[in-house]
Amino acid sequence: MLRTSVAVAAGKAARAASRLRGGGSALPGLVVERVDPAFLAHALADLPRGIIVVSGTNGKTTTTKMLAAILREHGLRVFTNPTGSNFTRGVISSMIPEIHLGGRLDADVAVLELDEAHALKFAAAVRPTHSLLLNVARDQLDRFAEIDHTAQLLAQLAEQTTGGVVLNIDDSFVARIRDRVADGVEVRYFGVDPSISERLPELMEADVRFEDDWAAPSPTDGDGLLKPADERSFEVRFGAEGVVGPVELRQRGLAAMINATAATTTAKMLLGQDFREASTVAALQKVQPPFGRGEIIDADGQPLELVLVKNPAGFTVALGTYGSTPVASMVAINDNYADGRDVSWLYDVSFESLRERGVAITSGVRAYDMALRLQYDDVAVEEVEPDLDKALERFLTAYPDEPKRIFCTYTAMMALRRDLAARYGLANFGEDPQ
Amino acid sequence: MSKGRINLVHIYPREMSIYGDLGNTRCLASRLRWHGYEAVVHQHHPGTEFPEDAHLVVGGGGQDSGQARVEADLERNGDRLKALAADGTPMLMICGMYQLFGNAFITVEGRSLPGLGILDVTTRGNAKRMIGPVVLDTEFGEVVGYENHSGSTVLGEGQKPFGTVRSGMGNNGTDQTEGATTGNVFGSYLHGPILPANPAFADALIARAVERATGRAFEPGTPDDTLADQARLRQVRRLVG
Repeated sequence: MLRTSVAVAAGKAARAASRLRGGGSALPGLVVERVDPAFLAHALADLPRGIIVVSGTNGKTTTTKMLAAILREHGLRVFTNPTGSNFTRGVISSMIPEIHLGGRLDADVAVLELDEAHALKFAAAVRPTHSLLLNVARDQLDRFAEIDHTAQLLAQLAEQTTGGVVLNIDDSFVARIRDRVADGVEVRYFGVDPSISERLPELMEADVRFEDDWAAPSPTDGDGLLKPADERSFEVRFGAEGVVGPVELRQRGLAAMINATAATTTAKMLLGQDFREASTVAALQKVQPPFGRGEIIDADGQPLELVLVKNPAGFTVALGTYGSTPVASMVAINDNYADGRDVSWLYDVSFESLRERGVAITSGVRAYDMALRLQYDDVAVEEVEPDLDKALERFLTAYPDEPKRIFCTYTAMMALRRDLAARYGLANFGEDPQ
Repeated sequence: MSKGRINLVHIYPREMSIYGDLGNTRCLASRLRWHGYEAVVHQHHPGTEFPEDAHLVVGGGGQDSGQARVEADLERNGDRLKALAADGTPMLMICGMYQLFGNAFITVEGRSLPGLGILDVTTRGNAKRMIGPVVLDTEFGEVVGYENHSGSTVLGEGQKPFGTVRSGMGNNGTDQTEGATTGNVFGSYLHGPILPANPAFADALIARAVERATGRAFEPGTPDDTLADQARLRQVRRLVG
C-alpha cells in the first residue's frame, strides 16, 4: 500500500510536470510503473462490473467510446482511456488524475482500448473480465510482422479473459478464436445481417483469408447483427431477444455501424437483465466521432471531415463510405512509427473512387509517394506539398465555399487537428467532450 | 496501335503479395501501356495451369502460412520456371519468393526447405527481424524501398547481388549486398513496392520482356516520371543525405 501511495504521488508529480511542459504524455504512467509494477492490478481490482478490453486492428477508439457511452447511460461509473493512449502506460497515465493515494479507482467498470500487443501485456498484469475482439487486418506489419501473429495475440487475450468474450462472426481470424476460449466463459458474436452480407468485402481483406475447412458459426439469440436502413441509420437484431434501434449515428458509414453493433452486443452481455434498449439507442445517438475518425469540423461555414486511415482495410472502408459524395479532397501520409513506417500498403488500396473529382493536394512526409500511387490509378493530383501546415492553408484557401475532406495517417492527423483546433477554436486533443 | 502484346504473370497474388507487392504488377502493366504496348496480366494461383507464353514473371512476399500454401504448386511448376529463367525471361521475385527462388531456406530449428535454385543464395531463419527503409546502388541507379524479413540470405560464390546497401540491412546486415541477379532474374527484399518509385528498374524489366515478346528492341514512350523521381530522391536524401 505504501508503495502504491508513493507511486501515485510520483505519478501525479510527473503529470503536473509534463503538463507544465505542455505535454499530455505517457511519462506519468512510466513513473508509476517503475515505482509500483503491481499498480495496475491493484487499481483495477474489484471493480464491481469488471474490466472490458477492446482490441483488434480497426475501430478500437470509436467502439470503446460507444461502449463507455452506453454503460454510462445505464448509470454506471465508467473509467476509460482517452483516444490514442492504448498502451499500458497510457492507461495508467489516464488514471492518475482520477485516483486517490490509496490507489483504487473509483468506478464501476473499466472499458479499455488496447493495442493488440499491449493487450497481452496488460492481461499479464490484470486479467480482463470481458474482451471485445473486432478484427484482424494488415496494420503496421513493421511492428507485428505477420497477420497470423496478430490473430494469435488476440486469441491469447481471449484465453486470459475470465467472464465473457465478444467476437466478430464475419472475420474468420476472429470468429475461430471461439475454440480458444476457456470452459465457462460466455461467447457472443456480432456481425452483419445476412441480408447485407454482400457488403462484407468492403470491410474485409478477402485476399489474405483462406477458406480451409472452417465454416462461419450460425448466430444465436444473444448475438447482435447489423441491419442498416441507410448511410447513418440502422438496427441491431438479437434473434428472439429483440431489436435495438432504429439508431442514427453522428458518424457515417458501415464501419461506424459495425462498431456500434459490437458495442451494443458487448453491453448487452455485460448488463444482462439490466440492459435497456432505449438507453442504448439514446447513448449511441449522442456519441460524437472521436478526433479524426470521421470528425466534422466547421471550417469557415463549410464542413471539413477528418478521416484517419492507417491500413488497407481502413482506407478501403473510408473510400467506400465517402466515395458516394465526392468533395474537395486532401491526402496526408506520414511514415512515423505511429503511422506505420512502411507505406507499401497504399498499393493494396484502390483509389478509383477519387478519379472523378481528383485530389486537390497530397501532403506529409510521403506526399510524393501518395501522388505517385494516385498517378497509377489515374487520379489527378493538383498539387504536392509535403509541409502539412502549408498544405492545409492552401487547401482551405483554394476551396473556401465547399465541403472538404482530409484522409490522413495518425501523426499527420494529430498535426492537422492541432492546426485546425488553433484556427477554429476547437477542443484540444485529450479534452474530448463526453 | 499497340507496339505488341506482353504477357505478365503474377505468381500467387493471394498468398505471396502482402506488403503492397501487387503494386509491382500494377506498375509494370501501366508502364507497358504508357510505352504503347498491350499488357495482359495473368494471376497464377496454386493448382491452376501455368500460363503459356509468359514474357514477364513477378512474385512477392508472404506470411509463413502463405509460403506453405504455395509449396506444392511451386514444386510442380519448378521445371517450367527454371526453363523460363534459363531462357532469359525477366523475373522479379520479392522477399518470400526471392527466398524460394534460392537454393534452400534453413529454419531456426535447422530444418532445410529446398528452393528452386534459380538464384545461388541460401537463407537462414533468424531470431532478429530486419525492418526499415533501404537505399541501394544498383546498375539501374539508386533504388529505394522498405525491407521486412527475418530470413538472412547469403550469396553463393560468384552470385551477383542486385545492389549494394547504402542504408538499411540488405541480404544479411553484414556484407552490404542486397538481393541477387542471374541473367534476367532479379531477387530482392525490397517492398515499397520496389518498381513504382524506381522506374529505371521497371523499364529495364519491360525492355527485356518486350524483346522476348516481339523479337524487336524496346521502343520506349515518354511517361512522366516526375512524381516517381521526387518520391525516390526524397527518400535518398532523407536516408543517406
